[in-house]
Amino acid sequence: MLETIFAWETLTSAIRMATPLAYASLGGVFSERSGVVNIALEGIMLFGAFFAAVGTYFFKNPLIGVLFSIIAGTIIAFIHAVVSIKFKVNQIVSGTALNMLAAGGTTFLSRLIFKAAGSSPHIEGFTPIDIPIISKIPGIGLIFSDLSPLIILMLVIVFMSQYILYKTAFGLRLRAVGENPQAADTLGVNVYKYRYIGVLISGILGGIGGAFLSLEHARVFVENMTGGRGFIALAAMIFGNWKPIGSLGACLLFGLAEALRMRLEGVGIPTQFIQMIPYILTMLVLAGAVGKSTPPSADGVPYEKEEI
Amino acid sequence: MEEIIRLEGITKYFPGVVANDNVSLTIYKGEIHAIVGENGAGKSTLMKIIYGLYKPDKGEIYINGKKVNINSPKIAISYGIGMVHQHFMLIPPFTVIENIILGSEVKNGISLNFKKAEETLNDIINSLGFKIDLYEKVENLSVGEAQRVEILKLLYRRAEILILDEPTAVLAPQEVEELFSILRKLSSQGKTIIFISHKLNEVLNISDRVSVMRRGKLVNTVNTKETNKFELAQMMVGREVFLKVDKAKREKGEEIFRVEDIWVRGRKGLDVVKGVSFNIREGEILGIAGVEGNGQSELIEAIVGLLPLKKGKILFKNKDITLERIRQRRLYFGHIPEDRHKRGLILDFSVAENCILGLHYFDRFSKGIFIDYSKVYKHANEIVEKYQVKTPSIKIPIRNLSGGNQQKIVLGRELSFSPDFLIAAQPTRGLDIGATEFVHQLLVDLRNQGKAVLLVSADLDEILNLSDRILVMYNGEIVGSFSQSEVDEKELGYYMTGVKKQTELKEALI
Ligand SMILES: Nc1ncnc2c1ncn2[C@@H]1O[C@H](COP(=O)(O)OP(=O)(O)OP(=O)(O)O)[C@@H](O)[C@H]1O
Ligand SMILES: [Mg+2]
Repeated sequence: MLETIFAWETLTSAIRMATPLAYASLGGVFSERSGVVNIALEGIMLFGAFFAAVGTYFFKNPLIGVLFSIIAGTIIAFIHAVVSIKFKVNQIVSGTALNMLAAGGTTFLSRLIFKAAGSSPHIEGFTPIDIPIISKIPGIGLIFSDLSPLIILMLVIVFMSQYILYKTAFGLRLRAVGENPQAADTLGVNVYKYRYIGVLISGILGGIGGAFLSLEHARVFVENMTGGRGFIALAAMIFGNWKPIGSLGACLLFGLAEALRMRLEGVGIPTQFIQMIPYILTMLVLAGAVGKSTPPSADGVPYEKEEI
Repeated sequence: MEEIIRLEGITKYFPGVVANDNVSLTIYKGEIHAIVGENGAGKSTLMKIIYGLYKPDKGEIYINGKKVNINSPKIAISYGIGMVHQHFMLIPPFTVIENIILGSEVKNGISLNFKKAEETLNDIINSLGFKIDLYEKVENLSVGEAQRVEILKLLYRRAEILILDEPTAVLAPQEVEELFSILRKLSSQGKTIIFISHKLNEVLNISDRVSVMRRGKLVNTVNTKETNKFELAQMMVGREVFLKVDKAKREKGEEIFRVEDIWVRGRKGLDVVKGVSFNIREGEILGIAGVEGNGQSELIEAIVGLLPLKKGKILFKNKDITLERIRQRRLYFGHIPEDRHKRGLILDFSVAENCILGLHYFDRFSKGIFIDYSKVYKHANEIVEKYQVKTPSIKIPIRNLSGGNQQKIVLGRELSFSPDFLIAAQPTRGLDIGATEFVHQLLVDLRNQGKAVLLVSADLDEILNLSDRILVMYNGEIVGSFSQSEVDEKELGYYMTGVKKQTELKEALI
């Protein structure tokens, strides 16, 4: 059993499992840093997964699939943004409604389009890439070979986001409207604009996260295939203290839990218990993280401009 | 003198009130112009109109003689107008420099160019002669420093007209002096300053001219040199005001309340109250002075049971109440919390409901498990009458009342079960002269009736006027103890800012 756990394969699979979480988690960072709680990420991922499958299936090109997932994710995020920023509806309620829409909607559309219950036909994902030279090193090289381009893209985006949020004027303003929208407003920063941008970015990233699930992971769309990953991603965001690199670290931890889950299936422990690993870890991590990490002060609070 | 702003017939309506009623006012370039008036007189509203946050319903604004239309703060900023709000508009987890440049960033490609901004800021800071670490997070700054950040925000945007709405409400006397020296330098650099305050001493000290507002109208504008405190107070309130309360001398009574070696751990896990001991006797007011954030809030929260004690003892009439629950403790003392919105009232509940918060389970307000509203209304009407609360009805949400009237409800409720001990934390914060006078008189009346009062305040006038004994809290400790007659404002200031410290606290436990 130990050699099943302590193997390079565990690590590679942890990274693969962490990738969709990292996209969604990063999306959460952008949305919540701007002050909008986005639990619709679960639904956004599901829509992303579904439309990636649709795009890839009909155009035989995973790139089009990813494009579809981005569009779908952005549309759902836009609904969430309008409802919570413009109409100031409770953001949890809006998110929950969208998640329910996603669960029902993708199942319905899947059966309609693919004419089969349960899942789509097989789809081709991206051609994996080997990083030259390092991938040839025995052992550790395994991590750098057979990589999905979406994994590499994810790493690039995470580090770029860290820079954007903390070193650019755009990032400063985005974080400002999530901390103290009044203060930002009195300095002439358009609160609503930055909140819309924050939420829309979460739609784009959540969509790609979903695409990774159907295109790169399962190579098929399965109904409700996100299985709560959108929520796990939010837990990672909290554990990572609402910071891109922190969230990536937390996602890797959750990825490891999922990898272990898969590798431990069939070692004799009842699978029901093994299946619980990622969820139990989520609860433990959250229980430990709460109180230590600080959310943006205006997270989840609609901004009411003083009437003039 | 050259005029810089001229307001002509500014009128602003809010539902049910005329916040500004045909206000015309001329401000000269380079002057320090104070605006005074009771709560709700319309001072902040008028300033927000100049800063583009509110649109006037009638009237015109002229800047340098030209008619302008200020629709947003952005436009105000472009005309060189800047405003420090009554409540700070800062982002605590951001650094000083981030707070300052937000919205007017200097860029280097897509990145923020902190170096460039730093150069500009250092020039300003040097010309004003103070120090501040631009890369410190604002949450770690003192109130005085935070205020300098607010002022820097304006100067960085090249403001020529600076509006400061009650900038001294939360400052220690030394910090007020520092602020005033900055304001004087700014004025000598040709900047125009509009300054709002309830503290007439400060107004007389810093301003060139004073405008008085009452119920939305501008009553008068006078040269500071030609007026005095009493005249201003009278113009504000519309009647004569007594700026001092009478206190009869009293003999030392029985001990009512005592804390021994209290230690409290704050929300960030550090000790914020470190070994505080004192007692209070019948018929006295014990004042605790201190700049905000030196452990006073936590001390009070621990006494009333909102924060756990790490160590120490609390005694009420010689009975150890350290382990008693809040509901039991609540009956030993009345408590006027420092933040009446957060702890004293539920803003969306009616005035009447607020009159029984925490007392709702009393037999006299209930019928079985139900609240008996007829009794509640009767109780509320009594409070409203006794304390002269101005409210159209006891059934409207208390949110709609002015600060002074809200505070009267808290007072009325807390005194309605006739406790022998009253804890009053910042009881007159933000209240105007009339309401302040009312509260002060009430505290002194309680004392004269032989009750004990613990008064925590950052306002030294209040502490010195009311207290029989004074303790100063700094950095979680009591650093000085005095009887009223042996200390003055300046001396207290040294203790409040940690410059001086007594080794023996002879007045803390008597
Ligand atoms: N946004 C608003 N909506 C409705 N009424 C308001 C609003 N702002 C102010 N008012 C009302 O307008 C009047 C003037 O308020 P304003 O805040 O200008 O008084 P102020 O002189 O600054 O008082 P204070 O000394 O308490 O700060 C008050 O009656 C207040 O209740
Ligand atoms: Mg005001």
